Amino acid sequence: MEKKIRVLVAKVGLDGHDRGAKVVARFLRDAGFEVIYTGLHRTPQEVAMAAVQEDVDVVGISLHSGAHMALVPKVINYIREYGGDPDEIVILVGGIIPEDEFDDLKAMGVDGVFIPGTPISEIIDFIKEMVPKKKEQARKKKAVA
Amino acid sequence: MLDERSLEEIRRKREEWEKTCLQPYVERSKERQERFETLSGIEVKRIYDPTDVAHLDYLKDLSYPGEYPYTRGVYPTMYRGRLWTMRQFSGFGTAEDTNARWKMLLKEGQTGLSTAFDFPTLMGLDSDDPLADGEVGKVGVAVDTLKDFEILFDGIPLDKVSTSFTINPPAGIILAMYVAIGDMQGVPRNQLRGTIQNDMLKEFHAQNTLILPPEPSVKIITDIFEWGVEEVPKFNLISISGYHIREAGSTAVQELAFTIADGMAYVEAAIERGIDIDKLAPQLSFFFNSHNNFFEEIAKFRAARRMWAKIMRDEYGAKNPRSWWLKFHTQTAGCSLTAQQPLNNIVRTTIQAMAAVLGGTQSLHTNSFDEAWALPSEEAVRVALRTQQIIAYESGIPDTIDPLGGSYYVEWLTDKMEKLAWDYIERIRKMGEGSVLRGVLKGIETGFFIKEISNAAASYQRDVEEGRKIIVGVNKFAIEEKLKIPILKVDPEVQRRQIERLKNVKAERDNEAVKDALDWLRSAAENNENVMPAILGAVKSYATVGEIMGVLKEVYGTYKKPIII
Repeated sequence: MEKKIRVLVAKVGLDGHDRGAKVVARFLRDAGFEVIYTGLHRTPQEVAMAAVQEDVDVVGISLHSGAHMALVPKVINYIREYGGDPDEIVILVGGIIPEDEFDDLKAMGVDGVFIPGTPISEIIDFIKEMVPKKKEQARKKKAVA
Repeated sequence: MLDERSLEEIRRKREEWEKTCLQPYVERSKERQERFETLSGIEVKRIYDPTDVAHLDYLKDLSYPGEYPYTRGVYPTMYRGRLWTMRQFSGFGTAEDTNARWKMLLKEGQTGLSTAFDFPTLMGLDSDDPLADGEVGKVGVAVDTLKDFEILFDGIPLDKVSTSFTINPPAGIILAMYVAIGDMQGVPRNQLRGTIQNDMLKEFHAQNTLILPPEPSVKIITDIFEWGVEEVPKFNLISISGYHIREAGSTAVQELAFTIADGMAYVEAAIERGIDIDKLAPQLSFFFNSHNNFFEEIAKFRAARRMWAKIMRDEYGAKNPRSWWLKFHTQTAGCSLTAQQPLNNIVRTTIQAMAAVLGGTQSLHTNSFDEAWALPSEEAVRVALRTQQIIAYESGIPDTIDPLGGSYYVEWLTDKMEKLAWDYIERIRKMGEGSVLRGVLKGIETGFFIKEISNAAASYQRDVEEGRKIIVGVNKFAIEEKLKIPILKVDPEVQRRQIERLKNVKAERDNEAVKDALDWLRSAAENNENVMPAILGAVKSYATVGEIMGVLKEVYGTYKKPIII
């Protein structure tokens, strides 16, 4: 049997808007992923630690606070610091994100940005496609190195 | 509302119509859906007629505006006398930035202020707290000490303007700051007008600005009631909010039921404290969401008014008719805004704002069309305010009171929503063994509210995913588009500047006085005394929001929400 894709759905920072995170978590679970939800008000360190300890394939970070440009790179850096490899993990961001910051987030290592109104089926398809793709890329990169 | 003979004639005619007119037509041309329903899942019938409202008694169930049970409005003239207050929620960056935005809004014809705070302030943290990093001034204005309030209200006379503060765990601190500014401006405390949200119960259900555990949270709210009825008798001491419950995904019926239940819980807490209910009641206000299903929203507002009148008069024995009024603020539904084709949001907001006005709101915030992307730009805020002004001055809607009163559908739906909400309230009362206050606390403990709301949110999303609910521009009529709306950016320097100011305040203030004030607060909290006099003392000594909340956390402990998807 194929190993189930493991997803960490995370609320980072002080904002309490958890409707999106919870609905996405529930739908990913129904789609057959293993889902871990961090609960509210997590620090970047806590989210990164959970990602590494739970050995997840995907980290989905939800923010409605406008603090994504400050907090998302911290999560990614802490994952590396705690011994995880952000090159192997699919990093997703969802919430209120201005379009002109999509590219900046991607440059920081985010694989996908999902705004309000995104069909969850689109997120599911993206995860299914990206998880093996990223692992393959990371493997090649390591082989070259 | 008709006599039996007329009703009989109508029933007969209806049967005849169904057989000879409707059925042959439907056989030729089918209806669009098998079943039509409201956002709450209430089935909507093909047509309503007098037989649907035959059980209603006009004088008992509707009556005239300004009279019990206030279904048609709390004031005898409603908007013919005075329009609703146009109150746009705003705040960002430092106190200077927000003061400037407020002055622009007042110049544009806004009639009341409404403050958005940043997350650190909402969570009772100072701008230099490590947890505040990246969030200072982002979604609202940063407030650390009274110094920030002095700048925020610079040039704004508190005897002329009323101000609403959307803040919950630190609500008492913010009220104290407002009182302190009033004292500085020489405005008598009994002239101060405004609202603090101060509704912790809905934080536990939905909004999640959580610091202290539920019971001490209710204790402090009751302190604010007890202090506020004497000190600031024209100030709304709470805004009992359904808005966030709805935004978290509840149905309209749940929003109505949980909000009224929370209101009952606060009243029960006040009565237990020995506060005169007739003194407190005029200082209670409500806050509802207005979503897309036009008639359901109107029915919700009308049902809320009728329910609250019955509750205050018959359940809690308030004597003064003024105590039976449910006054409310409305905000259009943020969760209904789409990032796709953002200009469509202007239309959504217009429909929602019309529902609020037809439902008899006392004040209104209309969302800006760009809010699924960022904080609103100045242009978008202006359009949102203009939407209200067009309804007020061009549409003719406010010229007669409760124009949908008597509509068979609206009256039927008002009654239906009230019944469904009562079912929930009775369940909650049962959970509390006869006390709604205990029932609400029990529901928080068991996750009852969270589960109800999460299930409704998931079911809504499933309907959208599977195309049963259409969202124009999202799951139907979608286009490829490039964003062309200007986005407001908060200056990244805000955090540094705010921390700098905080450092200066701490250097200049009398730190002995701060320590004394915080010790006083600690002892008041430990000895179960009213904490408000000590909070005012602390604020006036320039103690920070974080220091004051810190003392309360030490005494009462902190709360972690159970993780329920």
